[in-house]
Amino acid sequence: MNDTVTGKQQTKLSGFFSNLLIRKRLETDDEVVHPFRVVVYKEISDQVSSWRFIILLFIIALTCFGSMYTALTNIGSAVRANDPEGTFLFLKLYTISDGTLPSFFVFISFLGPLLGISLGFDTVNSEQTKGTLSRLMSQPIHRDYLINAKFLAALTVISVLLFALGFLVMGLGIIMTGLPPTPEEFWRVVFFILVSILYVAFWLNLAILFSVTFRQPATSALACIAVWLFLTVFYNIIVNLIAKAIAPPEMATTNQVFRYQEIILTLMRILPGELYTDATTTLLMPSVRSLGPLTMEQIVGTIPGPLPLGQSLLLVWPQLTGLIAATVLCFVISYMTFMRREIRSR
Amino acid sequence: MTENIIELTDLTKQYGSFTAVDNLNLTIRKGEIFGLLGPNGAGKTTTILMMLGLTDPTSGRVRVCGIDSTSNPIEVKRRVGYLPENVGFYDDLTGLQNLVFTGRLNNLSGRAATEKAEQLLSKVGMSENSNKKTLKYSRGMLQRLGLADVLIKDPEVIILDEPTLGIDPSGVREFMELIVSLSREQGITVLFCSHHLHQVQQVCDRVGIFVKGRLIAEGNIETLSKNLFAGTPYIIEVGLGDISGGKSDNLSAEKIREFLKDVDGITNVELKNGRFVIESLRDATTDISRKIVEAGGGLNFLNKKEYGLDDIYYRYFEGGENNE
Repeated sequence: MNDTVTGKQQTKLSGFFSNLLIRKRLETDDEVVHPFRVVVYKEISDQVSSWRFIILLFIIALTCFGSMYTALTNIGSAVRANDPEGTFLFLKLYTISDGTLPSFFVFISFLGPLLGISLGFDTVNSEQTKGTLSRLMSQPIHRDYLINAKFLAALTVISVLLFALGFLVMGLGIIMTGLPPTPEEFWRVVFFILVSILYVAFWLNLAILFSVTFRQPATSALACIAVWLFLTVFYNIIVNLIAKAIAPPEMATTNQVFRYQEIILTLMRILPGELYTDATTTLLMPSVRSLGPLTMEQIVGTIPGPLPLGQSLLLVWPQLTGLIAATVLCFVISYMTFMRREIRSR
Repeated sequence: MTENIIELTDLTKQYGSFTAVDNLNLTIRKGEIFGLLGPNGAGKTTTILMMLGLTDPTSGRVRVCGIDSTSNPIEVKRRVGYLPENVGFYDDLTGLQNLVFTGRLNNLSGRAATEKAEQLLSKVGMSENSNKKTLKYSRGMLQRLGLADVLIKDPEVIILDEPTLGIDPSGVREFMELIVSLSREQGITVLFCSHHLHQVQQVCDRVGIFVKGRLIAEGNIETLSKNLFAGTPYIIEVGLGDISGGKSDNLSAEKIREFLKDVDGITNVELKNGRFVIESLRDATTDISRKIVEAGGGLNFLNKKEYGLDDIYYRYFEGGENNE
């Protein structure tokens, strides 16, 4: 395509990206592709060639390499004798930091929501405001193709991005440390990336839900950011306040303290971010054996040692289920709302 | 030729207690250009949405190309091209890319879609702009692109919702001519929805007038005016050139009024602004002209007033409101 009609930089840059990708192929292909895949392809190429994605990609890649750098410079001091995780040196690349820059997984837990929101906040309402929705709906496709294809496209983009980043860190780690990861470490990283995708998918679906609910993309973006801020900042404050209010007296029995801890944990686990952190710490730090409080009796006599992958996964199963449930719930609500909506031109 | 391509039977759509479309019965024949006229909010768009299966009727049946739109919308949408009001395109794609996307959604391969899109773009006169992003298109260009977009699926029926909105008069003319020639060439049935009477009047074979969810009249413009103005007298305007020159009009007017009264069927003769306005129960123009010429009068102006779509429209809208 001759996209260089205008000298504008955007035209050039996005034209370059889209030519690099699939748009070009879509025009010269001899094969008849199922309409659903046509929509998915288009959405992916739209996402990838959009400015917001390029910016986000840049930010995320930069922070990841930053955290990677601090991890590599500190990895020598991180390994101590008698460390039960000594055999999992490789995983430390994703978790250690010297305090100047957060570690890889903390970055993902912070930037992941932003990624999900930015890919999803204008899914449906921008089609509506541009007036393309009614034109699209008059084509011989089912209505749910649109929302499914958009979700699938964004999910594909997220997956590719996170896998690429995760494996890039792994590859760089191999080059820098000269150590290959063990299969167990490899699978832990893969599961970590999968959980990260799930976490970003939750935010993506929340953003899609708002994009179906609100007519203006700006409103839905703001609503998403509001929810994100509330969940990351204010919710913690509220939980702290509650914790202070119901804190057991100093002379409380173990049982009381235990119950108190449980309540606080339950409150915290409403947060998708908390679920994600729980899940990833367990996956990346094999020595984590419980996510709740443990009494002295339970610990007495245990030998500090890493859990096998299966056990770690078992430990985070509730967290994973919670995240999946939240994601599915958001998607179902937006799906139902979208299917029932009457589509008129703008 | 008389095959019915769109059949609406007792179609009703209610939103809560509001009835948007009320017991609509309408048939459109294959190859016809039909204009659905009505004021804003008359239920035109709702009717279209039901034809495409984009919204379900509360009761009644829609059949387009012999297929039930409610139960099988995909098949209907394969055959029907719909140009929505205020059509929009993906800004960051070129006109051609937008068309190719639509083509591929209609099961064309990439190459076939590109070829077809290029053909259609030249047909609608947009070849030079096909590689420009649609962001830079003017309203008229967008409508043309919209028409190409509708045609890429080789439709049997095209439905155009307010297609002339926002285009300048010469653009409208060109656009309408384009549609008519395409329709005649390929035997496509066209359904126009508009509140612009004149534009529709020029091109439609038949029109339907749609007010408050009800189709209150249907037919070609002649039949409509005949039905509507049955019982109201013919209005004939006569202008006289005075041969004797400079004689007072009043005198001749009196005389003429006298002998025109004798003509069969004439009920009233009035002089307005130097012209005679004659009301008659029948078409008496020939008799009147003969009389005047026989009497030695100079006839320089004779006009039988025809009821245009405007009169029809207003008359019906009044009627529609009065019925409520």
